[in-house]
Amino acid sequence: MAEEVKTPAPPPPPQPQPANTGPSGGPEDEKKPTAEKPAAAASAEPAKPAEPAKPAAPTKPAAPAKPTTPAKPAGPVPLPWTSPMVEKYKSQYGSGLDALTYLGQNYLAVDRSLIPDILRLLRDEQQFDYCVDVTAVHYPKREKQFDVVWILYSFPRNERVRVKTQIADGASIPSSVSIWPTANWLEREVYDMFGIQFDGHPDLKRILLPDGWKGHPLRKDYGILQQDKEWVQINLGIESGQ
Amino acid sequence: MSERANDQTNDASNRALSSTDRSYLDLETSDKTYLDSNELVINMGPQHPATHGVLRVILKLDGERVLGTECVIGYLHRGVEKIAENRTYTMFNPYVDRMDYCAAVSNGLGYCEAVEKLLNVEAPARAKYIRVILTELQRIASHQLWLGTHALDIGAMTPLFYTFRDREEILKIFEKYCGARLTTHAFRIGGCQYETYAGFEKDVKNFLAFFAPKIDEYEALLTTNRIWLERTRNVGVISAADAIALGVTGPVLRASGVQWDLRKAQPYAAYSEFDFEIPVGTNGDTYDRYLVRMEEMRQSMRIVEQAVNAIPEGPIMGKVPKVIKPPVGEIYHSIEAPKGELGYFIVSDGSTQPYRLRVRPPSFVNLQALDIMVRGLLVADVVAVIGTIDIVLGEVDR
Repeated sequence: MAEEVKTPAPPPPPQPQPANTGPSGGPEDEKKPTAEKPAAAASAEPAKPAEPAKPAAPTKPAAPAKPTTPAKPAGPVPLPWTSPMVEKYKSQYGSGLDALTYLGQNYLAVDRSLIPDILRLLRDEQQFDYCVDVTAVHYPKREKQFDVVWILYSFPRNERVRVKTQIADGASIPSSVSIWPTANWLEREVYDMFGIQFDGHPDLKRILLPDGWKGHPLRKDYGILQQDKEWVQINLGIESGQ
Repeated sequence: MSERANDQTNDASNRALSSTDRSYLDLETSDKTYLDSNELVINMGPQHPATHGVLRVILKLDGERVLGTECVIGYLHRGVEKIAENRTYTMFNPYVDRMDYCAAVSNGLGYCEAVEKLLNVEAPARAKYIRVILTELQRIASHQLWLGTHALDIGAMTPLFYTFRDREEILKIFEKYCGARLTTHAFRIGGCQYETYAGFEKDVKNFLAFFAPKIDEYEALLTTNRIWLERTRNVGVISAADAIALGVTGPVLRASGVQWDLRKAQPYAAYSEFDFEIPVGTNGDTYDRYLVRMEEMRQSMRIVEQAVNAIPEGPIMGKVPKVIKPPVGEIYHSIEAPKGELGYFIVSDGSTQPYRLRVRPPSFVNLQALDIMVRGLLVADVVAVIGTIDIVLGEVDR
């Protein structure tokens, strides 16, 4: 859902949120980082010249970048990331791909439909030969609840890039095991913790939790004290694990 | 023995990882067995002294030859990433020590630097030097523990006593510095909480002088030991291409000939200021991994020596607010832990608690290579290979 990525919604009201409800969106939120504090408080900061060349968040013209004291949540904003590689893929895939950089780290927000292709191109054409990590983030309030994140590294280029895509709860995503064999266990862990299905994974089953366990603990709606009582009672023969 | 070595090389050439799908263990497939005997599926662990904790390996055997393995992990799963989402950034700091509890200082360094990056602050120079000294001492301690237990698995008992005797000296320094020996919680977000104690530099220098001949002592016990050579050479070979494809990092990757170390590739803390070499192996076997780690201990001593002679004066805490509230955003930061690339991927929603904290554990990813490394070997070699990967189950399971 590239459109969703590109047009940030109006800022939500300031709210102290408990960690297990979380913000309503991932990349959208990053583009309006001053949303939780009035801009006046932030503008007291010495504004560093990192003003975005093409403001990523047009709703926030007064967004200052790089506060020296991080006490205020006003922070650097993700800037558009340009490089020959990005230009090439943008012309190839158009709006399905967004390239951003935040605190010096580059990432591509890509549409779910591009996922096997763009990862394969990154490995084959751009030499991102090492898949550092595959993980996910859950945003329960968003329509497409999950961000799936690949962290890639290229030995020849000594460069990192992250690839992010959004998928809905219950939707599946093509496995990247055929691209990087290391994704095998990493995807199993994502499945175990979030319940995300990876199509074409050779052996998609739980890895850290026992096979019969119900629930996926890193979802935000799974409480920290929650457990599969039935599993505990049957398999451990105790009333509760706590 | 030589017959086995030949088999191993043949197997190794057949085992080159294709980029196509690869099923790690299909217990249904029947490979051709020796004398058409029955395949045997046995359980190793989780209560097995040679699996270094609660690792369970299901071995599919033809006689004593390994046809395939499957690791069953998670016995030590504590939900560290879930805990992180329910603690503040400061409160979570001690938890990271409990992942790789043999290298708690390194874990803390990675976490503190990741949060500092997210906050866009930097630790002062003095704090960075203290961090480098303690982290490199920790690397030596971690490698000592690895060497002692790995040699014990293979049957050499003496190195265990030597390494634990000498590791004690490092733990004493930790204890004097921050009061704890293992789960040290040595660093804070923004710098260090504790100034070095009086005599810290002297203690560190004394340790360096004390330890330099000890490495030679370890090497005298093992490097040219006939039994050690037979048990480690050409055992658990992994090629550089396979290691990269499987995401293997740390000494295991370097022993396969890839000269890659995050301290050089993407320097953090104060590593760009020190001279040191990245030792690499050529064969990618258990013996090369041993040599790489031995040399890494020497290089760590070099770093510590340079750092302790040049600790700058100044504050040890950066300008970090009392309440740590990073701006909305996400960061990935990784360090070269003793076992490989230890990464933290943190997503902040602007609150005092991480919205999502992902730990990229080196042991977990490296353990995945066990299967390809032990195929075609004997059961006794599985023990050697588990030892040589250097896993800590606290970090594998988190």
